[in-house]
Amino acid sequence: MSDLQSPTSAAAGKATDDAPTTSTAGANAPSAPTGTGRSFLPQSTLPRHLVVLVLSAVLAVVLLEVSSPYQNSQIATLSYYAIAAGGLTVLTGMNGQISLGHGALMAAGAYTTALFLDADEPLPLPVILLAAIVVATVVGALVGVAAARLHGPYLAGATLALAVGLPGLAIYFHDIFGGEQGMRVRAPQAPDAFESFVQTVSGNNASSTKWLAYVGVICLLITYFFLANLVRSRIGRTWRAVRDQEVAAELAGINLGAWRVLAFVVSAAAAGLAGGVLAIVVRLAAPSGFTLVLSLALLTAIVIGGLGSLLGALLGSALLVFLPPFVTNLGSDFGLNGTEAAQLAPFVYGVVLIVAMIFAPAGFVGTIRLRRMTAKARRGSAAQAKAAGANGG
Amino acid sequence: MDYFVNVTITGLTQGIIYSAFALALVLIWRSTRIVNFAQGSMAAATTFIALALIQAGQSYWVALVVALVSGFVLGALVERVIIRPVEGGPELNAVIVTLGLFVAIQALIAIIFGSSFQSFPTPFGVRGFQVGGSTIPLTPTSLYVIGSVLITMALLVALFRFTRVGLAMRASAFSQEVARLLGVKVGGMLTLGWGLAAVVGSLSGLLIAGGGFVYPAYMDSLIVFGFVAAIIGGLDSPVGAIVGGLILGLALSYVNGYVERGSALVSVAALVILIVVLLVRPGGLFSSTTARRA
Amino acid sequence: MTAIAAATVASTLAACGGGDDGSSSSAEGGGENEASDIGVTEDSIKLGAHYPLTGVAAPGYSEIPTGVQAYFDCLNKEGGVYGRDIEFIFKDDAYNPSQTSQVTNELVLEEEIFAMMSGLGTPTHSAVVDFLNDEGVPDLFVSSGSLLWGENPEEYPMSFGWQTDYLSEGKIIGEYIANEFPDAKVGLFLQDDDFGQDGEEGIRQYLDDQIVAAERYVPGNTNVGPQIAALQAAGADFVVGFNVPSYTALSQLTALQLGYDPQWFYSNVGSDPNLVGGLLNRFSEGKVSDAALLDGALTTGYLPTVDMTDNPWIQEFSRIWDECGGEGELSNYRVYGMSQAYTMTQALQAAGQNPTREGLVEAVEAVGAEWEGPVFAPFRYSEDSHLGTSGMTIERIVGNGSEEVQPVRTTDIGDAPIEEFDKEPATPPANGIPDEEAYEG
Repeated sequence: MSDLQSPTSAAAGKATDDAPTTSTAGANAPSAPTGTGRSFLPQSTLPRHLVVLVLSAVLAVVLLEVSSPYQNSQIATLSYYAIAAGGLTVLTGMNGQISLGHGALMAAGAYTTALFLDADEPLPLPVILLAAIVVATVVGALVGVAAARLHGPYLAGATLALAVGLPGLAIYFHDIFGGEQGMRVRAPQAPDAFESFVQTVSGNNASSTKWLAYVGVICLLITYFFLANLVRSRIGRTWRAVRDQEVAAELAGINLGAWRVLAFVVSAAAAGLAGGVLAIVVRLAAPSGFTLVLSLALLTAIVIGGLGSLLGALLGSALLVFLPPFVTNLGSDFGLNGTEAAQLAPFVYGVVLIVAMIFAPAGFVGTIRLRRMTAKARRGSAAQAKAAGANGG
Repeated sequence: MDYFVNVTITGLTQGIIYSAFALALVLIWRSTRIVNFAQGSMAAATTFIALALIQAGQSYWVALVVALVSGFVLGALVERVIIRPVEGGPELNAVIVTLGLFVAIQALIAIIFGSSFQSFPTPFGVRGFQVGGSTIPLTPTSLYVIGSVLITMALLVALFRFTRVGLAMRASAFSQEVARLLGVKVGGMLTLGWGLAAVVGSLSGLLIAGGGFVYPAYMDSLIVFGFVAAIIGGLDSPVGAIVGGLILGLALSYVNGYVERGSALVSVAALVILIVVLLVRPGGLFSSTTARRA
Repeated sequence: MTAIAAATVASTLAACGGGDDGSSSSAEGGGENEASDIGVTEDSIKLGAHYPLTGVAAPGYSEIPTGVQAYFDCLNKEGGVYGRDIEFIFKDDAYNPSQTSQVTNELVLEEEIFAMMSGLGTPTHSAVVDFLNDEGVPDLFVSSGSLLWGENPEEYPMSFGWQTDYLSEGKIIGEYIANEFPDAKVGLFLQDDDFGQDGEEGIRQYLDDQIVAAERYVPGNTNVGPQIAALQAAGADFVVGFNVPSYTALSQLTALQLGYDPQWFYSNVGSDPNLVGGLLNRFSEGKVSDAALLDGALTTGYLPTVDMTDNPWIQEFSRIWDECGGEGELSNYRVYGMSQAYTMTQALQAAGQNPTREGLVEAVEAVGAEWEGPVFAPFRYSEDSHLGTSGMTIERIVGNGSEEVQPVRTTDIGDAPIEEFDKEPATPPANGIPDEEAYEG
């Protein structure tokens, strides 16, 4: 089992170009139904995911009603990071393409949402978010086609330029997009049904912050349901084939370029939705909200969480949202002033990234899966040895 | 005509700094096949060390030497301690490690040196030369910048071409196993490579700082444009880094100077140039290897 | 809301027993302190603000909250307002509107401030003005001259400006140049947002045919070479800049590199000679020294500056800074902060012993225009306008200080004419603490 871990650290050498097959969570997630009937969830994919969806929805409502308004706003922030991270982990984990530019795709979704909400009689929210998805998908298709021929650092460089370049367009066309100041977004009002829902469930007040948190969580659940089904389907398997064995896949008749573009498009759609939710939650679509830092943060979140795993994307996003204030408060308690404490958070985050990559390169989810599989294999081989021993006498 | 000369000179001066940074990235890529996203903040860290020395009364030149030496030490240390464990693994992990370094070092600079804008001096004047009645944007400082980068590049070429150490480094980059068989200490060569690259990076950080403001994130735009320049030239090629940097510097300067409200379009222009180059040659302008399949 | 009601009931019951009045600094002594609204307890009021403590706008502006804090510390020592301590919480937004949105969220939802005061920046504060007004949080004395927080009280009833708005400033500048420099070819160096836009609109009302170029910069991109070169190429011999202080330094430096030497006029927010001189000082190992570049530049003023050592307000603020301030010297930015804190104290006093958010806003609207303070001209607060002070002087920078070249003139937005202003400047009260009566709405 030792080759599933990254190579021993004694040997100095180059990083490989190979797709991250061994030490990622994605490689270890089976696409067929799990063999033993141990879990209480149904066997086949769709009903299984539906049950998980319903359970998660209930859990989310409980969480939202129990937490304070400020925590509600944090959950709203978490939701748009997690939506984008989910798309990105599918792209990078399942299909092996590294993108440093998903912040720009989020910007496309956010600006679309801002433009639509700017009208005097705005369209209903689901329609607007759908428009955001469509616009981001189109941009993603363009980028995906250009990127399909690129590998590794060249793809990274192109997407990096995208991340930095696209917000520049918003500044140039400042009459439409508001320039550096950005476009203010009037948050959509909650429907009356929402107020009665919240009153019946918990008796809390239905503030606009809470409504935005619900919008974010609903979008998150829908996105993850969709992505999870995609990952376990034939499409997911084809993506992994393209990632792992290009030549064999092509011999099997798979058009590499088309499938790569599809992966890019799916992740772009997720990023567009995330951008739309961001515009509504932050109440602003401005170039300063889509810096390079955002794209890099998404990438680090999915790798720490576990590449290819949606749960990993969610955990990585949670780390991104909840670690900084935790560290900042810790810093203030230790006597640092406001600005210094604020800098402590990125420092700790950077250190966490380094340490995680050296000691747990499969990310959180991946490392847990590896441990479980190792334990199972050990039990399995111990049982075999016993059986062999018993047989052999 | 005047204006054109001004814009061109500005472009060349800016471009040569991009070239220096791109060169540092190429050096690291050739030896370890890792893109070092932390190059910029490592350079910023050494610049702040230099600034602290200058504010304590030392001369610019002493501070420069100390900054370059500390850059070497920092680069070697980073390779040995942090990068070595992830070198053989998937490249994404190495990317994340360098990103983590980037974030952590920048935050550390802010904690230790503060986040405020500080002026960084230059040992030469900042007034443009007078040529035939009008002033061109070439200052003594820009001559110093161009000169330093050219000298550094010449030194590196000399190192790689004409010394045994340089030969050993090129061998380690080309084929590790064979180099080991020939008795080259590959690990040591990699560390040396990172150290040298860090020195070049530190130099570019100091050059861009002189006569301007420094703050913890001041290298961020250089990181982006330096990386783009390296990719345009081809990550495998030092010549490509230089050419890519100059092309990028000139092109961006023309956009800035001739397009209405061009300063907003600079990053878009970089993106367009990059896409155009990569569509024609997916490995960069000077790439030598054709695409490899698994 | 239920939490507030519970708190009010509980504290009223608790206060029924005791007989605590407010202490020395309030007008009447009768009645007890209650927790009358979010962010108000019996002995404290919580105020919040956002400033660029890091980033490109931090030079200068990051000192403003230290001034506010020093004033409130001295005020609290003297008993605060109606016996309540003022708790002032400010957070960094790095002049980044997305971050402003985040820290304002924290201030309103997590810290539960009573009111925001002095939120700094046009692009930054415009990102949160909707949120503050929707949540019913008073948004007083925004540190920006944009028209957004004063022109239309129906749209933003909770927001109030404080300093002279950029449009009026542009008008005063334009009139001055048209009168004194009728042959000048004027170029504009503007921040690419409402700040620059409002200033430009004001100037063009008086100077439209003299303007030969208008260049814009985006805060964050520190290369202003193209803009300055364009101004030079257009032949401008007089440049008016609506920019933040670091861009004053950058424009000076770039002009030096290009050998360009027009007459400079910097709007008030970007012109502090100490700060700019300090930034410029170190560039070529002292060859470019303190403010030498800025000498002779023109600017505007609506507050006394630290070089006016005879001015009674400056003397009072110096005393306050010595007693309650932190590191460093009293600077014009700290004077600005203290002056805002002075106005805030007037507002809290006028809001009465048990202030509510609505009551605070009503009080400012009703009596704010009568208040006297360090600002040269009165505020314009009324039902129809939430704009701040209306007048400015024109000053010429000399060394680290300035000399007046045109006395206070006042104007208003739109077509309002520019008029002379001859009221005597107010003198500071004892201890530098105002004494306003509670407004009975």
